[in-house]
Formats: sequence, structure tokens, C-alpha cells
Amino acid sequence: MSDPTKAETARAARLFDVRRVIGGLFTVYGVIVTILGIFDSPAEIEKAAGVRINLWTGLGMLALGLLFLLWQWWRPAEPPTPSDIPPADEIRE
Amino acid sequence: MQTLAEGLRLQMDALDYVLLSLYFITVLGVGLAARRSIKNSADFFLSGRSLPAWVTGLAFISANLGALEILGMAANGAKYGIMTVHYYWIGAVPAMVFLGIVMMPFYYGSKVRSVPEYMRRRFNRPAHLLNALSFAVAQVLIAGVNLYALALIMQALLGWPLWTAIVVGAAIVLAYITLGGLSSAIYNEVLQFFVIIAGLLPIAIIGLVKVGGIDGLFAAVRDTKLGEAGLHTWADTGGSDNPLGAPWWGIVFGLGFVLSFGYWTTNFAEVQRGLSARNMSAARRTPIIAAYPKLVIPFVTVIPGLVALVTVKGLGADKGDLQYNNAIPLLMREFLPNGVLGIAVTGLLASFMAGMAANVSGFNTVFTYDLWQEYVKKDRPDGYYLRIGRWITVVGVIIGIGTAFIAAGYSNIMDYIQALFSLFNAPLFGAFIIGMFWKRMTAWAGFWGLLSGTLAAFIVYAGYKWWGWFTFGSDLDESFWGAGIAFVTVAIVSVVVTLFTTSKTDEELSGLVYGIGRHDLSADAVAGDQAWYRSPLLLGAGALILAFAFYLPFL
Repeated sequence: MSDPTKAETARAARLFDVRRVIGGLFTVYGVIVTILGIFDSPAEIEKAAGVRINLWTGLGMLALGLLFLLWQWWRPAEPPTPSDIPPADEIRE
Repeated sequence: MQTLAEGLRLQMDALDYVLLSLYFITVLGVGLAARRSIKNSADFFLSGRSLPAWVTGLAFISANLGALEILGMAANGAKYGIMTVHYYWIGAVPAMVFLGIVMMPFYYGSKVRSVPEYMRRRFNRPAHLLNALSFAVAQVLIAGVNLYALALIMQALLGWPLWTAIVVGAAIVLAYITLGGLSSAIYNEVLQFFVIIAGLLPIAIIGLVKVGGIDGLFAAVRDTKLGEAGLHTWADTGGSDNPLGAPWWGIVFGLGFVLSFGYWTTNFAEVQRGLSARNMSAARRTPIIAAYPKLVIPFVTVIPGLVALVTVKGLGADKGDLQYNNAIPLLMREFLPNGVLGIAVTGLLASFMAGMAANVSGFNTVFTYDLWQEYVKKDRPDGYYLRIGRWITVVGVIIGIGTAFIAAGYSNIMDYIQALFSLFNAPLFGAFIIGMFWKRMTAWAGFWGLLSGTLAAFIVYAGYKWWGWFTFGSDLDESFWGAGIAFVTVAIVSVVVTLFTTSKTDEELSGLVYGIGRHDLSADAVAGDQAWYRSPLLLGAGALILAFAFYLPFL
């Protein structure tokens, strides 16, 4: 595989950062479930042994989601540096 | 805690379905996005060897965290008690650390693209063909198990017809793998890891609150048929008089060594995650990073199993809704309000699909590189193999639908899957470990060792299951013995054949056998890899120490 192809591949692969996917989904999940948790009926809390489980799980997921988004914002996927591209004689025998 | 008459059916509301569909939209979106980054077959099959260690590490653990594993381990928790943690602390962590520290340099450093390819270079083409064929068959069989189990759960929990569930599940897996290849499978595994934990954690927490914390739980377990024995791991393992029915040496050698080393170090569906890492350091850290979540997963599997044992009356029936396998779904129905319920169902469905996706992505790689390119059509342009890879994925999923109906013929699918593992993994591990450390072992010794070991495991299984030749304490006991006998057979046959055939030269074995040629472990390092917290040795030692420490309260 030639070096330019490899570099191009690496750049394309980073375009879609998995941290953004996790962060996005969990932020949305967190918001929905937290709101649900705020309005939980006593019957629902009773079902969960008295734990406001929707509220806590929602807040937990929201925190996780924001953490991933923050991480991605803090350390964005860097463009490939020469050290990322192995030399052509990479098979050492 | 009664009222189980209406079955396992969950009361999902519209919002739960919204949460579920959000997940699948994301999954398909990842597939579409990953498609743009695929330029050649290495991108499709190995993610272009570009992923950071935390991604491949979480994918590594997720590939194992199929729903079969989750439901099965919760079932074992209810059936065998705390002893179930042997599957984690001695049955997984040491093998994962060994893979990262000792074996990964051979895999990653020799630039093989698959486990069978290693077999070809270490031994010969017959050994390669045998391994590639048996792996391909095993993968579609296990994909079928995952698909069938997925459909069963969708039928039980959501009330979908079995057929619809099988086809819908297969279609989603197919869509995201053919679109995005391994990248897509791996990204989804990472995502799924977090969703399944978000779904399981509330069950464990509510369960513990319900029974009065850990102390309340243990007090309640003492009053069950499991009794005090259900709260210990090594007590009474001098003989077989313990819940697992296995002595300590059976646990250490059968489970801890042969079965688990066989599963973790030679199972390509796992190893492939490490091969897609961006450099040697990341590849070695992949299984070791995965060992850390593996250490604590019993909290969301074994604990709920025990909670189910003490709260669900009549759990442990042979048939119907109260089987051990339903421990987690029963608790979901009892404890989870709408909202968290949707997350938990999403997590379970996602983990079945991830399990199947791991099988299918292992299968398409081995089929394309090891069977089609090696024995059918050599020397075609790369784009040709990429196309073959996409087509064989479709074929693999369709065969998976077929094998789902084979799995449907088994009353206990965990049984079936254990049988598959002792048949395919234990002999392979024997040939592997001997070949990797004993340079005189000849090419034909590899082939005959593998073949005879597989036959031996088959004879033990068939002799116990169908022909009535042998008796064992339990199915589990049989799988320990089958694996052990297969391993010993491989060792004996390998030594004998080696005495009568010629060994390969040192040049041919360079980089493939321990002590011949050296892998430069840091040549491809990226900035930051020298940091102490990225040292595979240190991380590995940390995982082993934790595993040991976790045992102490439950001796």
C-alpha cells in the first residue's frame, strides 16, 4: 500500500470520530430519560424499589455523553503525522 | 413478586420504542459514514489498521459481551452462585493479559491478516486450509446461535413473531457490515458497550436496594437451595462437592488454561480487534484494556443472577418462563420503569447484534483472504477482494439464518455453544501454543495435531452426548474434560509426528516462533506511547493483581 493512500485513509477514518457518535447518542438519551425521571409517577418509583432510577440513569448518561463531546472538543482527531505512517519496509523478517 | 403468568412480555411504551429506534438510526448512520472511508480491502477487513487502543479494547470486550454471555452468566450466577466469577477472574483475565503481552507481537508483528494465515506461515497449507474451513463453519454456526437467541428475546419481550425477529435482526447486521465493514462493526461495538452497561447497571442497583444491599443479598442467598456454598469461590474445591461440581485443578487447568486461553488467544473474532489497532503498542494494549471492564462485569451479571434467585420464586424451572436463562429479563420486567426499560432492551438487542456482527466480520475476512484468495482466485486486484468481501457477508448472514434453525433444535443453547468451543478452540490452541514456543515442531505435526485434537474433542462430546460411552458430572464438566483431552492429544500427536518429519529452518520461522527473530516493539510508536500508563506490561500486571484481590472477599 503506498503512503499517500494510507494517509488519505487515515484522514477519512478520523472524519467520523466515534467519540462524537457516543457523545451525541448519550446526550440525547440523557436528556430524554432525565426529563422522564423528573416527571416519574410515585407508582413508577415504587416499582424501582423507591429509587428514582430514570432520573439517576438519565443524569449519568447525560454526564457520559457530555464527557465524550468535551473530550472530542478538547483533543480533536489530529491530522496524520509522519510518525503514524509506517515505513515501507514494515515487514521485518 | 409473583404474577408471572403473563410471561416475560415487557410493557414497552412509545418512548421506549423511540429510544430503541434512535439507537438503530445511529448504527445505520455509522455504517453509512464508515462507507466513505473505505478505499481498499484492508480498510474493510482490518479498519486500515488505524484505530486507537481504547477503541479496539472496548470493541474487544464487546465482541465477547454478546447477550448470550450476559444472559448466560446471570443464569450461572443464579445456578452456581459466586463461583461464576471464575469465568471472569481466572477464566478470562489471565488469558487476555497473556494475549496482549506474549502473543500479540507474533500476530501483529508478522503482519498476518488472520489467525489461519499465521497457521499457514508457521505450519503448512493443509493446516491452514483445515483451520480456515473449521473457523468459517464455526463462525456461521455461532452467528446462527446469536441470531436465534436474539429472535427468542424479541419474541418473548416485545411479542414479535420469531420469523420477523430473525429477519429484522439479520437485515440490520447485514446493512451495517456490508456498508462499513469492520470499522462499522467496531464502532458499533464501542457504542454498544456503553448502552449495555447503561441498561444493566440500573437492574443491579435496584436489585441491591430491594434486597437490602450486599449484606441483605448474601443473607438471603444463605436461605436458598444454593446456601452458604453459593457465596464462596475456592472453598470445597479440594473435591467436586461445590456448586460448580469441579475440583480446583479442573478450574485452573480446564477452565483457566485450556478453555480460556483457547478462546481468548486463538479466536479470530477477538484477535481481529487487536489487528485493527494503529500500532504494535495499541495492539498489545487492546486485550489488556479489555481486561479491566471484564473484571467488574460480574457486578452486572452475577449480582442480578443472585438477586433473581432470591426475589423470583420458583426460578430454576426446566421449562417455561422461570428458567435460569431468563433471570435478567425477569428482573427487567419487575424493576424497570419505562425509559430505563427502553435503554435496557436496546442494550440487550444491541449486544446480540454485536455478537453476530463479530462472527460475520470474522467469517468474511477468513473466507475472502484465506479461502477465496488462497485457493480459488489468486492475484486479482484489491477491489475484486473488497467486492467478494461484501458479497460473502450477504451469503454469511443468509447461512446464519439457516443455522439459526439448527440452534433452535437445541433446548439449551449454552450447551450447544460450549460444545462448539471445545470442538474448535481447544485443539487450535494446543497446536498454536506448542508451535509458538517449540521451534522444532514440524509443519505436518501442526496439521496432524490439529486434526487429531479436533477428532478427540468430537469423540468425547459424541461419546458423552449420543453414544453413551462416557459419563461426566455435568455438561460443563464434559466441556472441561473435552478441552483438556483435545489439548493433550494435540501435544502427543505433535511430538510423535515431529520425530518423523523435518522441521522448518530458522529463516522460515523468523518472527513466528518465540526466540527466533525479534519484533521491534516500539518502531511504530506514536507520541505518548512511552508514557508509563501505556506500558502493556504494567497494565497487564495491574489487571492480574486486581483479579487476585477481587477473589479475597469471596474465598
